[in-house]
Amino acid sequence: MEVPILKQGAVLIATFQAALSDADLNHLRMGLVQQVVKFRSRAVIVDVTAMDVMDSFASRTLREIAHMIRLRGAETVIVGIQPEVAFAMVQLGLTLEGVATALDLEEGLAYLNEKFKTAN
Amino acid sequence: MAKREGTPTFPEGNREEPSELLRELVAHLRQNRTQLREEWVVRITETRLLTAMTKEEIFAEATSVYDSYVEALETEAFEALQAYARNLSERIIPRGVETHEVVGIVLLLRDVLARSLFAKYQTDFKKLNRILDAYEPAANRIANTVAVGFVQERERVIRQQQEAIRELSTPVLQVRERLLILPIIGVIDPQRARQLTEQLLRGIRTNRAKVVVIDITGVAAMDLTVANNLVQTVEASRLLGATVIVTGLSPEIAQTLVTIGVDLGKMNTVGDLQGGIEQAERLLGYKVEKLAEPR
Repeated sequence: MEVPILKQGAVLIATFQAALSDADLNHLRMGLVQQVVKFRSRAVIVDVTAMDVMDSFASRTLREIAHMIRLRGAETVIVGIQPEVAFAMVQLGLTLEGVATALDLEEGLAYLNEKFKTAN
Repeated sequence: MAKREGTPTFPEGNREEPSELLRELVAHLRQNRTQLREEWVVRITETRLLTAMTKEEIFAEATSVYDSYVEALETEAFEALQAYARNLSERIIPRGVETHEVVGIVLLLRDVLARSLFAKYQTDFKKLNRILDAYEPAANRIANTVAVGFVQERERVIRQQQEAIRELSTPVLQVRERLLILPIIGVIDPQRARQLTEQLLRGIRTNRAKVVVIDITGVAAMDLTVANNLVQTVEASRLLGATVIVTGLSPEIAQTLVTIGVDLGKMNTVGDLQGGIEQAERLLGYKVEKLAEPR
């Protein structure tokens, strides 16, 4: 399944679909980093609003994506985690530690704006 | 009535089918409806049941119960009767009618109808026995069904009230834009802790909160399960982009948390609610300045 990746200035926005297989996630991991390199993006927003479950593999992949992207000097923000999904995740001990999170796309972009402002 | 092949004939007449007996008795109950219902209402008043209702109300309900009773005898449709009983309960429970009253009046009706059967068949003892053989199991089943229906309705109301109390006792309050306060008071059991977390997460999403102050001044004690739940609440809130500040930890709870080794690095704590709100305002970029003295 192809995950749409949109470019918004220096930010890439990847919108996860509801049912991503492990293969999709692996594919995405490489794909996103390649796009960051290609466009010299400063940040990536991963929108998981459509995901109604988040298992340990998906959670680990998100953390790995964030780490790999940070090695390219870019920031990752995960947005759109639903209340029920967040609750289930913390009960399984999946806290996405070390990865920035925001309520939704709007908040994610606001967070990045602040960060870029203070960085410049 | 035709004789069945091979069935011995009794001197006192032919045997009826049980369903025929039921039909006969239902017909009798219908014919004497007015008189029997009146007798029943008199007995209800004499026994001092349904004191919460007026005479007119009792009569109206008695009519509908009597008719449902006879219909249940006739059709043996006990599901319909149970539905009727729950419906009746929904009406009368708010009026303060108790379980013993409902069971009491149904048993009184059973007695009133039985007495009238004794009166009618008193000259034919064997027939009376056969009629009672048909009547008694059905009447007992009716009494049972109505009582169970009533109790089920009461239990449903109690569950509903418990749910309402639980929700009321954990309000999620917005005090500034993007700032929520969750004051927790009383005992937190695992179920309440879970409900609290769900309510808070929904509140964060609805109000687009960026900071939440959870005040536990009103919480006397906390065990390991609840302490872990608090940590999980903090972590889940972060996943929704909100920072949590916990305020009001009593010395006892602070001791508990340290003893059981809760990772306090994951928790942002401030002494009291006032301090917590002030820090939250700072995080949100507010500055509060006093412009004049209070009048």
